[in-house]
Amino acid sequence: MALKGNLRDFTITQLLNLINLARKTGTLMVEGPNEKIWVSFKEGRLAYAQVGQEDNSLATILFKAKKITAGQQKAIKARAGSMSDKELGLLLINANYISQQDILNSLQAHFIGIVNRLFSWVEGFFRFENELLPPDDKITVRISLENIIIEGSRRMRELEQLKDEIPSLDMALKFSDRPGTNIRNVNLSVEEWRVVSYINPKNSMHQIARATKLNDLEIRKIVYGLIQAGLVEIVRPAGATRPAPRISPQVPVTQEKKEEQRSLINRLIRRIRSL
Amino acid sequence: MQTVKMVVTGPFNAGKTEFIRSVSEIDVVSTERKITSEAERIKQSTTVAMDFGRITVDEDLVLYLFGTPGQKRFDFMWEILSEGMLGFIVMLDSTRPETFREARSILETFRAYAPTPYVVAANKQDKEDAWELDDMRIALRLDPKVKLLSCVATNKENVKNVLLELLFSILAEMENGS
Repeated sequence: MALKGNLRDFTITQLLNLINLARKTGTLMVEGPNEKIWVSFKEGRLAYAQVGQEDNSLATILFKAKKITAGQQKAIKARAGSMSDKELGLLLINANYISQQDILNSLQAHFIGIVNRLFSWVEGFFRFENELLPPDDKITVRISLENIIIEGSRRMRELEQLKDEIPSLDMALKFSDRPGTNIRNVNLSVEEWRVVSYINPKNSMHQIARATKLNDLEIRKIVYGLIQAGLVEIVRPAGATRPAPRISPQVPVTQEKKEEQRSLINRLIRRIRSL
Repeated sequence: MQTVKMVVTGPFNAGKTEFIRSVSEIDVVSTERKITSEAERIKQSTTVAMDFGRITVDEDLVLYLFGTPGQKRFDFMWEILSEGMLGFIVMLDSTRPETFREARSILETFRAYAPTPYVVAANKQDKEDAWELDDMRIALRLDPKVKLLSCVATNKENVKNVLLELLFSILAEMENGS
């Protein structure tokens, strides 16, 4: 029977631990709210990983790892478009473009990055298919899972702490009203700038995360940094209903006249003063 | 008879029970138990369900004060207690900066449950190692518009002042909303 369930009930840490201890070979498919991830293992070690339909070709991975330039990536795609990753890897090594170690390091970092994304998922259906492996023309690696599990657990703890700081992503952000502060003078990363460009009391953090393709951990990290720097503040999204103070559960406010409410509060004020 | 309620919340050992006790006309119905956790053994007992105090305004109106349990594991009570509240007070111990982060989290949680007016009461301001209000405002990342009030929960006048400031905020919000 296939190993399947929901990350809500069985966390990714527990899954990786199981795969590691049972030295499983096969592919784990996880379907989250926005994307799918496939991770393959050989005898309990990470072998390969892929996110949805994202380009997972060797040329793209090497470009993302800054081992080749955009021009080289384009040239490879044009001249060696039909080549498999293994063939391309050999070609690049033989032509002294890149070392075997560089290729392996780039692939390892790419695959670990994909697995790390899973650690921020709190929900998602998973299924482990025994003995299913990526196609033979793909280059696989052998990475032991212990370090990934430890690093992932650290990220989960970090996420928990960030959740304490920013409990709800349904809230919006606004720039702090601090005279003399100019965000243009602050050194921000590309991703931070992308988030900053969407900051508006009308946009919830969920919406900003979707627009910038960031997961919950990533958006929380960036927002936390901006808050700590005193650049932004969390606000209720503009247009969200903000109920007036409720007077009593037994007496819905809609039935109360404003004047009666004022009178009630004034009676309370007089009473407290007289204590 | 109409009843209204205010909630007093805040981290463990912030002084919520004392606060209610200072103004309640009845002996506070407190559900305190001996502390079992070593880590939390900085006082002998703690509130495990809620505190309950009462102030009779007149023959038609009664104000109830509910104190929430401070320990995180009882946070399932918070939403129930926040239902129908007029406003809430976040209490914190000015001498324990390690609880400020939790206080901030509690504040955000209560705002999510019910966006009613609230004030923050910085308790134990009579203690030598109490943080200055201005420093606490920065540490808690409180908007300048949020009232951060100096308080000694055993001092009735201080407690009255906190309650009055919350009522003024409620009145102001009503005026703004009209």
